[in-house]
Amino acid sequence: MGLVLLIVIWLITIASTYFFVAKTWWLPVGASASAAGIDHQFAITFILMGIVFVAAQLILGLFAWKYRDRGSSSPARYSHGNNMLEIVWTVLTFILFVGLNLMSSSIWASERFRPAEPGAVQVEVTGMQFAWYFRYAGPDGKFGATKPELEDASAGGEAALGLDTSDPAARDDLVTGTMYVPVNREVEIILRAHDVIHSFFVPAMRFKQDAVPGLAIRMHFTPTTTGDYEIACAELCGLGHYKMHGMLKVVSQEEFDKWLAAREAEKQ
Amino acid sequence: MASFTTTTSVHGSRISLGDNGTLPPGGDSGGRFDYGSPHFEMRLRRARLGLGVGLTGIAMIFVSFTSAYIVRQGLPTFDPRTNTLVHDWLSVPLPGLLLINTCVLLISSVTMVLARRQAARETALAQVASIPGVSLGHEIKIPWLALTVVLGIAFLTGQWIVWRELAASGFYVSTSPSSSFVYLLTGMHGVHLLGGVFALLVAGAATVLRWPLDSRLVVLDVTGWYWHFMAVLWIYILCLLEFAG
Amino acid sequence: MAGGAGGGETIMSTREFAAHESHAHAAPQGFIRKWVFSLDHKVIGLQYYFLALTAVFVGMFLSLLMRIHLIWPAVALPLFGEIKPETYLSLLTMHGTIMVFFVLTTAPQGGFGNYFLPIQIGAADMAFPVLNMLSFWVTFLAYAVMLSAFFVTGGAPLHGWTGYPPLSALPSAGPGEGAGADLWVISIALFCIGALMSALNFITTTLDMRVKGMSMMRMPLTCWAWFITAILGLLAFGVLFSAGILLLLDRNVGTSFFVPLVTVNGILAAHKGGSPLLWQHLFWFFGHPEVYIAILPAMGLCSQLVSVFSRKPIFGYKAMVYAMLSIGLLGFMVWGHHMFMSGMSPYTAFAFSLMTMAIGVPSAIKTFNWLGTLWGGRIRFSSPMLFAIGFVSMFVSGGISGPFLAQPVLDIPLHDTAFVTGHFHLIMGVASIFGIFAATYYWFPKMFGRMMSESMARWHFCLTFVGTYCIFMPMHYAGMAGQPRRYSQFTELHYLAPLIRLNTFITFAAFITIAAQFIFLFNLFWSMKYGKKASDNPWEATTLEWTTATPPPHDNFGGRTPVVYNGPYEYSVPGAPRDYVMQTDTTTVAAH
Repeated sequence: MGLVLLIVIWLITIASTYFFVAKTWWLPVGASASAAGIDHQFAITFILMGIVFVAAQLILGLFAWKYRDRGSSSPARYSHGNNMLEIVWTVLTFILFVGLNLMSSSIWASERFRPAEPGAVQVEVTGMQFAWYFRYAGPDGKFGATKPELEDASAGGEAALGLDTSDPAARDDLVTGTMYVPVNREVEIILRAHDVIHSFFVPAMRFKQDAVPGLAIRMHFTPTTTGDYEIACAELCGLGHYKMHGMLKVVSQEEFDKWLAAREAEKQ
Repeated sequence: MASFTTTTSVHGSRISLGDNGTLPPGGDSGGRFDYGSPHFEMRLRRARLGLGVGLTGIAMIFVSFTSAYIVRQGLPTFDPRTNTLVHDWLSVPLPGLLLINTCVLLISSVTMVLARRQAARETALAQVASIPGVSLGHEIKIPWLALTVVLGIAFLTGQWIVWRELAASGFYVSTSPSSSFVYLLTGMHGVHLLGGVFALLVAGAATVLRWPLDSRLVVLDVTGWYWHFMAVLWIYILCLLEFAG
Repeated sequence: MAGGAGGGETIMSTREFAAHESHAHAAPQGFIRKWVFSLDHKVIGLQYYFLALTAVFVGMFLSLLMRIHLIWPAVALPLFGEIKPETYLSLLTMHGTIMVFFVLTTAPQGGFGNYFLPIQIGAADMAFPVLNMLSFWVTFLAYAVMLSAFFVTGGAPLHGWTGYPPLSALPSAGPGEGAGADLWVISIALFCIGALMSALNFITTTLDMRVKGMSMMRMPLTCWAWFITAILGLLAFGVLFSAGILLLLDRNVGTSFFVPLVTVNGILAAHKGGSPLLWQHLFWFFGHPEVYIAILPAMGLCSQLVSVFSRKPIFGYKAMVYAMLSIGLLGFMVWGHHMFMSGMSPYTAFAFSLMTMAIGVPSAIKTFNWLGTLWGGRIRFSSPMLFAIGFVSMFVSGGISGPFLAQPVLDIPLHDTAFVTGHFHLIMGVASIFGIFAATYYWFPKMFGRMMSESMARWHFCLTFVGTYCIFMPMHYAGMAGQPRRYSQFTELHYLAPLIRLNTFITFAAFITIAAQFIFLFNLFWSMKYGKKASDNPWEATTLEWTTATPPPHDNFGGRTPVVYNGPYEYSVPGAPRDYVMQTDTTTVAAH
């Protein structure tokens, strides 16, 4: 049975590791400025923890087989442990774990400890059961007021957000169902939710943030590759959670300006 | 070291005690109650330990409510009309009846102590009284335990009236976050105190039902500590609502 | 009154024993007193165990329906018809809730802890038998209320076992969020009460009822685990209870602890100013210790079993105790790692992540010590040992994915994906279940007087070990590729299309693994009647439960009180006549 254990454990370890190393299913190609740092940290964690995983499992399997009761008269080794060994592996583990954490913390700090740059493209992202709406502030650069009692989801667009058209700042606000942003410019999103908690998740951007009712959460990211990226909702929000998706389109600055102008013109 | 005594038969001897004229039966100790017995000491210690552990669990409920209270108080809420964060904590004017209720509860703690001491004295005297020919004479016995129950119920009734007063001045449970907490904290305390009242009734029943002496004393002791904890908890809640509200 | 019971044990005189016991209750007569409202911790332990057994099969059945729906969303199942998205979410919610509370928090602690803690410390029962009986029946009531949620209008809630408001606070937010959600909260509140009562008993018993010679540092690690688990429960369940009360008030009397100004389907809800994050803080302050509550008893048992079946003392007993204590303590300081993406302050996130990495250290120490125990041993591959070794493997696998999630930057792509599902199933679900299986195979002879079938056990082990890896390891790949959690189907997002084949593999692995559990079920009941008769100490183990009759008599030791002279892991002691020295053996073990 010891041999069976060794074989099974080793096979499972090798098979799992193979699929990790081969990246058969992996993070999508990063398309934001932060992706490189995050992916690098992921790779380091992955290698170090991978070594620990493989070593621990292989040793487990090995020991199960090597120290099986062979019926011989030699007894098991009577030992209550080894304090020096305990100290050594405790310290090493501590260094490994805390070290990994401190390394990643500098990336976390650079992403989240600072507000968006001035001049970032501002998009207000609102989640509601079961769609995403995106609001642009328009030429005046100010987001107009919204009133919950004005919300009418069936009408879509401005009405879905309950835009208060009596507010002058609201008149040029643009509400769309697709999120357009220019490439290589920081995007500041202001996350809101109308009803329950949702979460704005774009895998390629390495971006995720919960949208919480009652809060307006400011986050930022910088897309670096043009393309279409699916937005998934990543916090259980009700029966339509699985189909609450949106589309992020990263385009060149000129295309973005054209699109914005065209939509503003439509409003008139 | 426990000692097993021979059962002392007292039927027919002329002994008068305060209440019912007969010697309370003892459990294993057969008429003689030995305070020093490891049996009683152990039971008391174990019961007190259990109560201490249990009170820790209950305390965590109120610690949790306190943290919710503090968080909610300091939380600005997003007003979509103005697109800004506003603080919406309304101080609730607490009726003066609360202070009277507090006094009632504190007095009940005193009567609780007296009830426990009374029971301990009676138990000790019962052994003296078992000596043939000894008469203890008549004493006026104040029913401290019953008084504690009455005061406890009075407190709960007073709390109910406080709720009515709050409602009359416009503060219902859902009126504002601060009023929600007033009802929540007083209500949860009240529920636990009601449990304490039931425990007191059990302690009272223990005497009527002639439970073994050590059982009666253990129940009374543990119930007493629970009761005092409820008083301390109440003071804490009152201070929280009054000074941090 | 002396008596030789073999092995050089010393027996207290009957008088000393009777004086020692608080109230030596005579064995009860009558079916109701003996089996329904029993005060005997052994019967209560079995009651908890069988409650958990029914719960685990309910939970597994729910997950089976879930896996079928994920692969074939449009298929109409016999009896159920087509599973709607909201139904899927109800299955998911109830699967998680039932498994976490009524299986993982019940069987290891309420089941085996109740049965064996008193015996392993030499006591005749728990400190408060009536409280013990009540704690079971309150738990049973909680279970009944939970199951009733399936049968009310709207059905069971769909808000996940974590119940985040506003989704869980607003009946209009989804089907099942009406009466079903109220019953869910009430059930959990009842469960909290039962858990607190039980914790009280465990702690008092461990501190006050250890027999002479059984110092804390001579207790088996199972007892340490149950003790620390009880402390965690004592401090954590009150917080969940309070959160439940607040949620119940929000749902039913219009308070706004958790619900800000929201509109659901365009209708303004009658709430304002509450904080959804407040629920998350309260819930996870409970929720993180809860996962340690689920795993610590299995860790204690694993230590026990690797020692018994390697015929070696546990490597580093003191380190194991300190590790469990650290895990318990640190467990209260890491709850924010469930909330990195929640909108919590990034500075707070940093603090929590540091603590979370720290808690990985004692877990790693325990793993090293288990391996150290195997090293140089003479391993016997009895069924309990198979599952103990399996436990170590699962614990390593599940533990390794932890440091990924503990780093907030890496949590960004991984939070709320299948990676998390794979992580917690391996380290909490499967590992803990392996602990329950190991405990069953190990203690079955003592509880029922017969051995379970070893050949059936081996099949059960092999299929389950391979099967659970096939189910949960692929979830890590899916999660890295961006598959979100709690999706009722993968037909809407294009980037999920390549993952359907992987999910199909998982579903088929689930079929086989679930089927394999019926081998266990059959083995369990068949062996009760037809298993080979067991001796009093079939595994040649040293702890106190193996010194008494099989099954143990009503007062556990048949009128005698054991006296302890040795630690719990004296195996292969040089110079000893056998390769194990009972804890009650007066043969002096040389100081070491």
